[in-house]
Amino acid sequence: MRKSMQSILGILTGTAIAATTMLGVAMAKPGNTECIAPAGAGGGWDFTCRVPAAQVMGDMGLIDGTMAVTNMSGAGGGKAYAHVVTKRGDDENLIVAASMATAARLGQNVYSGFKASDVRWVGALGADYGAIAVHKDSEFNTLGDLVTAMRNNPRRTAIVGGSSAGGWDHLKVLIVADKAGISDLKAINYISFDNGGTAMLEILSKRADAFTGDISELVEYEKQGNIRILAILAPDRIPAVPSAKTAKEQGYDVIGANWRGFYVPKNISDARYNEWVDIVTKVANSSQWADLSAKNGLAPFASFGKNFEDFVGGQIGKVAQISTDLGFMQQ
Amino acid sequence: MLPGIGPVNAIAVLFPIVYTLEVPAATVMILFAGIYYGSQYGNSISSILLNVPGTSAAAVTAIDGYAMAKQGLGGKALAMSAIASFIGGTLSIFFLAFFAPILAELAINFGPAEYTVLMLFAFIALSSFSQGSLLKAIISAFLGLAIAAIGIDSTTGVSRLTFGMMELYDGIDFIVVVIGFFAVSEILIMLGQKDSDQSKMQPLTSLWITFKEITGSLATSLRSCVSGFLIGVLPGAGGTIASFIAYATEKKILRPNQFGNGDIRGVAAPESANNSASVGSFIPLLILGVPGSETTAVMLGGLISFGIKPGPLLLETSPDVFWGLAASMFIGNLFLIILNLPLVGLFAKILQTPRWILMPLITMLCVVGAYTINGSEFDVLLILIFGLIGYFLRRADFPLAPLILGVVLGDLIETNFRRAMIYSGGDVIIFFESNICITLWILAAVSLFAPTLISSIQKKVHS
Repeated sequence: MRKSMQSILGILTGTAIAATTMLGVAMAKPGNTECIAPAGAGGGWDFTCRVPAAQVMGDMGLIDGTMAVTNMSGAGGGKAYAHVVTKRGDDENLIVAASMATAARLGQNVYSGFKASDVRWVGALGADYGAIAVHKDSEFNTLGDLVTAMRNNPRRTAIVGGSSAGGWDHLKVLIVADKAGISDLKAINYISFDNGGTAMLEILSKRADAFTGDISELVEYEKQGNIRILAILAPDRIPAVPSAKTAKEQGYDVIGANWRGFYVPKNISDARYNEWVDIVTKVANSSQWADLSAKNGLAPFASFGKNFEDFVGGQIGKVAQISTDLGFMQQ
Repeated sequence: MLPGIGPVNAIAVLFPIVYTLEVPAATVMILFAGIYYGSQYGNSISSILLNVPGTSAAAVTAIDGYAMAKQGLGGKALAMSAIASFIGGTLSIFFLAFFAPILAELAINFGPAEYTVLMLFAFIALSSFSQGSLLKAIISAFLGLAIAAIGIDSTTGVSRLTFGMMELYDGIDFIVVVIGFFAVSEILIMLGQKDSDQSKMQPLTSLWITFKEITGSLATSLRSCVSGFLIGVLPGAGGTIASFIAYATEKKILRPNQFGNGDIRGVAAPESANNSASVGSFIPLLILGVPGSETTAVMLGGLISFGIKPGPLLLETSPDVFWGLAASMFIGNLFLIILNLPLVGLFAKILQTPRWILMPLITMLCVVGAYTINGSEFDVLLILIFGLIGYFLRRADFPLAPLILGVVLGDLIETNFRRAMIYSGGDVIIFFESNICITLWILAAVSLFAPTLISSIQKKVHS
């Protein structure tokens, strides 16, 4: 009797697991159109799906019905990438949020062998440009001062950022150094913190020499006069921080844009791909998006269709080259 | 009360809704703080009654709370948890209101070297969780450290212990570890027991907490509130570390004690510290704009898009937000205790539910909880694997709390040590330079030797 009670318990427990797993599968079934955010709720990719895609496309009537947002986090976007390539390759109603981090990870080959050409790149509709800053009392006054220090005394020049080593914040500094002709990129002293905020504490406390991050992370500190922005990695100056010089003005032609955009499955029809490009272009040009993106600290950045595919390809190549040099490449 | 379904998801999902509704910023912050706050208590219910902690901090509460429940004192433990949370949560609001700008300085001055020493201090707490064999506690902690090492190492960008599996690149979510090792292994142990063993779970004898028990644990709650708050202010530490340190400190200070075997103060310490720490984490958020936890990170995003700039001047520029927040926390605390105390009896009834209903239900909660963290079936698989490992560890009398401590501290101690070493160019002197470091070393030494000293003094007095 007891034995049978135990096996009943076992069966019930097993059924519970099975039932809940099925529930998970059922929840993931797409409705009309669907946007996959390759990360949990609250992050940048989630924003890209919920605001410019679900909200603005819906409000503007560019899609039929409402767009479902699915959060599929894992492996820094790799899980969603693999899912789209292997299981949803011809889903015409699916778009996926992407950013510079997607390109960086493709460049470092961390998406288990999947390539940029396994999907189609639709477009980008905003960006958070990179910036390099120091404490207001720092001896560095220009980007050139920092570059000189990185060249002559790299071990004594601590640079902090919110990405892990080999991540986008780190790469931005390396691209600047590379442009300045510093050959030993490995010697550059980058210290990784959990996010831009905790890295900024290292500047405020003067423990670190320079900060690498995105402009949106710096605006408030600059307004309070606690820090000095050495350079922004944007094509032109940004209204939010008008006095901050671009790297280009200072002779280093580097643009570091953490763009926000979308890709779609590879095997959809050309007609449908062009429709998606058209939809994203319309959102990017809308006043509603202009307002929402500015509120969320994004600068205008527009690139669509073929241009965008080439742009992403170029970024991936650059990341791959630097990552190979530095040993961040996954085999 | 669902393990895994935390405040982060709730806030992130609610945010676009309130944004569209154009609710005033102060109201929104108050709503978010209420969610952040309320979810803390739910987690202690499941950890006390079922040994199923939904958060890492609640894992500490489970040690004595579940031991009490087994003795039929689950009602008392629940009441204590509500009262200690109230004390920790309320008192810390006053700290927040009066010391916020000063304590923000502490957060700034707490660098990698200081974090490293703090984590070493926390590791000394290990011996408090050994339940007998120190060797087994150490092995358990090392297993935790190994789990913490999984994923792409942030300092070098190299992947470790991932075996080429993409799912492991980001490391393993903490809640997955907790659900697997605690909850799933608990289910397996229950499955292995004969039905009549349920009588081991004593019937609920005394449901109500006595006044003497409250006053007896008051000092513990107050001390834990202060230490919890200070640790909560540090963006890199958080509630879990606060709970562990408060529990270990009380275990060392209080003589005699029954910590580990159902001491009511073992419930009070982590609950007070944890709630106090969550209030403390608002200081770096509001004053420095640096989120101390995932939840406060989402709230920061909310604040900024409402045009509210966190900073030293927030008290002057947006007093409605600051004081609204403080008031909402206080009211939230009051409501929690008013709602929870009368319901303790009802919650405790969970224990009388027949096991054939309860167990599939817990299993389902675990699976749903694990799945919701990342929406990943892989995590569901992981809790089953961890549950099996946990089952065998528990059968062999390995304590699981050190494992949790290992997972929490592993990453923090390693990355902070390496950051400090990069700063100093490899010179260990950096760990002895600042006043904060020296203070922490002294505290660590005291906590290491105090128990021996106290008992030798007691012996001398007796002889």
